[in-house]
Amino acid sequence: MNDFPRDALILGGNRIPFARSGGPYAGISNQDLLTAALDGLVARYQLQGAKLGEIAGGAVLKLAGDLNLTRESALGTPLDPRTPAIDMSKACATSLETVIHVSNRIQLGQIDSGIACGVDSASDSPIEVTPRLRRILHRAFAAKTAMQRIKALSSIRPADLAPVPPRNGEPRTGLSMGEHQALTAAQWGITRQAQDELALASHQHLAAAYDEGFFDDLVTGYRGLARDQNLRSDSTLEKLGSLKPVYGVKSPQVTEPTMTAGNSTPLSDGASSVLMGSEEWAVERGLTPLARVVDARSAAVDFVHGDEGLLMAPAYAVPELLDANALTLQDLDFYEIHEAFASTVLSTLAAWESEEFCRTKLGRGGALGAIDRSKLNVVGSSLAAGHPFAATGGRLVATLSKLLHQRATETGLVQRGLISVCAAAGQGTVVLLESVAD
Amino acid sequence: MTDAYTKFVRSAPGALIAKQVGLPRPSTLPRRGDRPEPVLGPVVVLGESDGADQVARELLAWGTDVRRRFEELRTVGSVIAVLDEVSTPADLGAILLPLSGAMRSLAPGARVVTISRPAAGQDPARDAARGGVEGFLRSLAHEMRRGGTANGILVGDGVGLDAPGVTGALRFLLSARSAFVTGQFLTVSTADGSATEDLAQPLAGRTALVTGAARGIGAAIARTLAADGARLVVLDVPGAGTELSRLANELRAIPVQLDVTSAGAGERLVEVLRDRGLVLDIAVLNAGITRDKLFANMTPERWDPVLAVNISSQIALTQALLEAGDVLGAQPRVVSLASTSGIAGNRGQTNYAASKAGVMAFVDALAARLEALGGTANAVAPGFIETEMTARMPALTREVARRLNSLQQGGLPVDVAEAIAFLASSEAGGLRGETLRVCGQNMVGK
Repeated sequence: MNDFPRDALILGGNRIPFARSGGPYAGISNQDLLTAALDGLVARYQLQGAKLGEIAGGAVLKLAGDLNLTRESALGTPLDPRTPAIDMSKACATSLETVIHVSNRIQLGQIDSGIACGVDSASDSPIEVTPRLRRILHRAFAAKTAMQRIKALSSIRPADLAPVPPRNGEPRTGLSMGEHQALTAAQWGITRQAQDELALASHQHLAAAYDEGFFDDLVTGYRGLARDQNLRSDSTLEKLGSLKPVYGVKSPQVTEPTMTAGNSTPLSDGASSVLMGSEEWAVERGLTPLARVVDARSAAVDFVHGDEGLLMAPAYAVPELLDANALTLQDLDFYEIHEAFASTVLSTLAAWESEEFCRTKLGRGGALGAIDRSKLNVVGSSLAAGHPFAATGGRLVATLSKLLHQRATETGLVQRGLISVCAAAGQGTVVLLESVAD
Repeated sequence: MTDAYTKFVRSAPGALIAKQVGLPRPSTLPRRGDRPEPVLGPVVVLGESDGADQVARELLAWGTDVRRRFEELRTVGSVIAVLDEVSTPADLGAILLPLSGAMRSLAPGARVVTISRPAAGQDPARDAARGGVEGFLRSLAHEMRRGGTANGILVGDGVGLDAPGVTGALRFLLSARSAFVTGQFLTVSTADGSATEDLAQPLAGRTALVTGAARGIGAAIARTLAADGARLVVLDVPGAGTELSRLANELRAIPVQLDVTSAGAGERLVEVLRDRGLVLDIAVLNAGITRDKLFANMTPERWDPVLAVNISSQIALTQALLEAGDVLGAQPRVVSLASTSGIAGNRGQTNYAASKAGVMAFVDALAARLEALGGTANAVAPGFIETEMTARMPALTREVARRLNSLQQGGLPVDVAEAIAFLASSEAGGLRGETLRVCGQNMVGK
């Protein structure tokens, strides 16, 4: 009789510094970026030649030819080439989902070790042909006679030849993510000042953490970049305040647009990875466990019919996660809430503080209440680091695991941390981690 | 890594033109992989002293064909002239002149090594003879052909010719590892050091730090030390982190991303070493940069970083390693990177030359400090080496720089690495504060 489920432990992580789209990683493929992140992970934890249970990875902006992106990337590393890999995708929650996937596999005893990872390059995103041109070309390829082929090709019109870049808007509403969030921010009355303050804190926290060496064993430099390119350690409220709003500007529902390039994440390039394993495997490899994956939930909202804001799903998933683990929102020691936009974080917090939201939307007796803001994104988050979509979850898990381990080792107390990531199409994924002390 | 000119003069028409016009015709220099034998035989040991007998016996123990005269030899692989007991300049001819008739019999890649004692300031006639050896050897090195080299070992008075340092220096200079070292002297000032147990893996069981390891000469040093059996800690700036990781993966080394000029860099390194339970036997201080500019146009932006990386960081790192007390092994070896620019000076490199000349003086003082620990410090001064850095030089300047040495070609990063591996070896304990030039006998400087 096997003793499952068992603990799935976070043993460490590695990412490359995140770059702004069109920056130092322009022209580098997803595969190269992910291979770089994995190479750094292998070097840090001496995994050369190791055969792992599975590598789960993914990208949001993915070329059709990259169908085995994770496997192909892994084959470029010194890991044992017999290590299986799987590609997964769930927009910005992709690498948080890969962590959950590997964690579940370990907990069930299907594998002893694995890597969860993600990558995105907005600089190298797929550009496709129009659906009409695609169908004409397929007809031409399938044609049996030259006449049929000429007939098919002659139906191409100049407009069909325009390249089609990746869609920026939600397919069902036509609105971009920023436009959606502008509606949510207006609905919750999130001020420009509050958003700029959150953005500033993100930059200041990230810069301080780099200065203290916090990221020395989380980040491996790449292409001359040693820190996240988007990081502005000298940013000020005045500078942030001088930026013009870019979202909600033309929306009749938004009376005072507040979302700027400063309090929204930029398009980014980067890759992250997380090393995970069972306790036995960690001992065998001489690795120090940082945290254990306690539980995870995902939720989705009906943003199409205006019932809820596009990025509000975590507001629903977190209470469910807390209830399942008999915790209150205030029982947590660290909150890592992905800063897709400053107003996303603030809208989520406002919802939890709202009696009305918690009663009517969550069906609870009252509000979840406020959190201690000094425990939120304490070493910076996406507004400062940047947000290569599928790499953000991996960044968050490795960062929080190190924070939990550090604090638990200092205090001798068990530390709990929450990760909350919103995703396109009205989805959200949340994870609860608990410290493992030295 | 053969340059275009060398390729041309090795082609049939190129060779003809070069011969007629008298253009330099660089020879192929065999490296370790091309000529793995420890010594190219037959070896002729010249000299009649007890020391000469000792050296001949040592060479016999290596399993090589050892002779005491040139008669009957059609080709000669190596020549060792033992001059430890010369007392006036008139003594030199008897030992050295037999080599004259054998110069045309020297095999490609031949080795000539003199063993003598340094001038000691006591006996004028004896010092004149000892000094004379240097002039002879440096001139002979200019006359060597077909990739042959000539170098000398200066053995301090009171140090026997069987001292580990002498054996180690002989082993290095006779092997293909010293392919780009010629016209140089190594001074063995004490009998410290210990014999190498495993010649195939001379650094087995030792842990070595290499700074600036991500690429170029640093990566070659790391690879060479690893091939010699050392366990590696490779260090470079965070921006080169992934390249460093890839090297670490190749060598199963431990990567440390650290800007050696940052505040507390030494303490951070000590912390990493303690965390990993590592004790360093070897520290190779290779991290270096150039910011060339004529001094008339020099700015603090070009001056300060060069001094900070090339010398101040070395002082800070060694200080931190020494003060930590528990991260250095029993007989630590520090090897620093100097440069021929630091010896002879170089137009446009006042900042670089200041830093590199500083390195040479620094290792001399550091060697004295490490003596109490049974350790030593030395430097290697590369001349023109084919790297990404020199590949960016203007083409004509580069072409001239390449030819300005006795071997008429640029050295390879591995040539610098081999010299470092020798200075880091257990046998090299008697070499203190030396700067060994790896420059093919560059025409500038001593």
